[in-house]
Amino acid sequence: MSIKNKAYIVGAYEHPTRKAPDKSTAQLHAECARGALADAGLTKDDVDGYFCAGDAPGMGPLSMADYMNLRVRHVDATDIGGSSYLMLVSHAVQAIAAGKCSVALITLAGRPRSEPARPGNPWQPDAAWEQPYGIATLNAYAMCAMRHMHEFGTTAEQLAWIKVAASHHAQHNPLAMLREVVTVADVLASPMVADPLHRMDCCVVSDGGGALVVVSPEIARTLRRPLVAVLGAGESVKHTMGGRVDLTYSAARVSGPIAFAEAGVAPADIQYASIYDSFTITVLMQIEDLGFCAKGEGGRFVADGNLISGVGKLPFNTDGGGLCNNHPANRGGITKVIEAVRQLRHEAHPAVQVPDCRLALAHGTGGLLGTRHGAATLILERQ
Amino acid sequence: MMSDTPKRKITPPTVTPETAEFWKAAGEGRFLLRRCTACHETHWYPRAICPFCLGDTAWEETAGTGTIYSWTVMRRAPEPYAMAFVTLDAGPTMLADLVDVDLDGLAIGHTVRLVWSPTDGGPPVPSFTLS
Repeated sequence: MSIKNKAYIVGAYEHPTRKAPDKSTAQLHAECARGALADAGLTKDDVDGYFCAGDAPGMGPLSMADYMNLRVRHVDATDIGGSSYLMLVSHAVQAIAAGKCSVALITLAGRPRSEPARPGNPWQPDAAWEQPYGIATLNAYAMCAMRHMHEFGTTAEQLAWIKVAASHHAQHNPLAMLREVVTVADVLASPMVADPLHRMDCCVVSDGGGALVVVSPEIARTLRRPLVAVLGAGESVKHTMGGRVDLTYSAARVSGPIAFAEAGVAPADIQYASIYDSFTITVLMQIEDLGFCAKGEGGRFVADGNLISGVGKLPFNTDGGGLCNNHPANRGGITKVIEAVRQLRHEAHPAVQVPDCRLALAHGTGGLLGTRHGAATLILERQ
Repeated sequence: MMSDTPKRKITPPTVTPETAEFWKAAGEGRFLLRRCTACHETHWYPRAICPFCLGDTAWEETAGTGTIYSWTVMRRAPEPYAMAFVTLDAGPTMLADLVDVDLDGLAIGHTVRLVWSPTDGGPPVPSFTLS
């Protein structure tokens, strides 16, 4: 059984806030839900499936279904960090295809700028071997970049091109946190935060959120939105492999081919790609692992504006991405799907809209690339 | 031997029934690995159940020498410090900090040896320094 064409994304909403000291996290989830349902032309009482992940307050779907007074017959709160929401789109399509629900609501929200960080759980099995040193998100990504440079000759200039491309897109997004166009020299001149990553290799921290509505084909045909079909999906996890650590690739190596095979398309067919950009190295490794270029060629692939819409071969993150626009709850997965939906609806900013965009990819990495992370890939088509 | 210049506070590790012997040995300056009694592979981090075959595992003392697989320096920290993945001569690759090193002189492939870093009220944790 395949999920191809079994359900459609009909609602997508990105919360405009980037700092929300005067709101609760549950409130932000509900505001996102309201926005996505309005976008779809549906109401709260149409929702019969609810999907959320680790950012949802309290006991996930119980707390949030209660807060929003949802009456649902299917819930899923599988958490693979920032990639959860791409995976939850796949799970929603699976649930719809199996008849478990027909209108699936997915929400994400968080306030990392306004709330203290949640401490790590000292009882998770890896904690004793990492937390004492202050293993941080930065460490785990920086060591991937360092190894990639060592094995493949990737340079800081090549990584910088990823940020440069994101900034070219963000200048057209009035909601983006960083709208100034930057150069490779600007990135290299920004302070080194964790060798070899500079400050501008890192994403923003933002409050905010987003939501998606996925529905059955029968319901999608009654709505007045362009039909965005889920053609294929893949998911995977990668970790420290019992100590046989290999930092040169990500779980996209597994999730990508699964999604492409299900969709029946190839990387060369993709007109627009949303690629998770917690750091520039995240983008580079995912581009290789998804098959847009060979392993080790990512540095040359992203250089010279190849990711800039209207300039290069693979327009990416045309909202400015996590590097410039928004990284709500430190989990950028949902905004990856939202911008892909905008592109397929031809509702992206005209300066970055891919002409006649019909086929897009969205991919996320969640957790820490250098220790353990999840990956989820979606192939989406305008029909 | 103990690293004699602790530059930052290291939080104590969570000791569980599965790992208590490791931390007891650490307090005595001995470095233990787990080896599978069925497939005979070593692994990291230590588990009672082998991550390669789900067999039972047993502790064995090992030297704690290895090479840097990758590294970074956390420049943003109040006192910058180095982290690394170190591939042990005994097999597995493990995460730890690097102590008493020149933060501007690190490279993949440098050989290192294990030292113990004191923690804030708990057993010491593994660190590495250039050998």
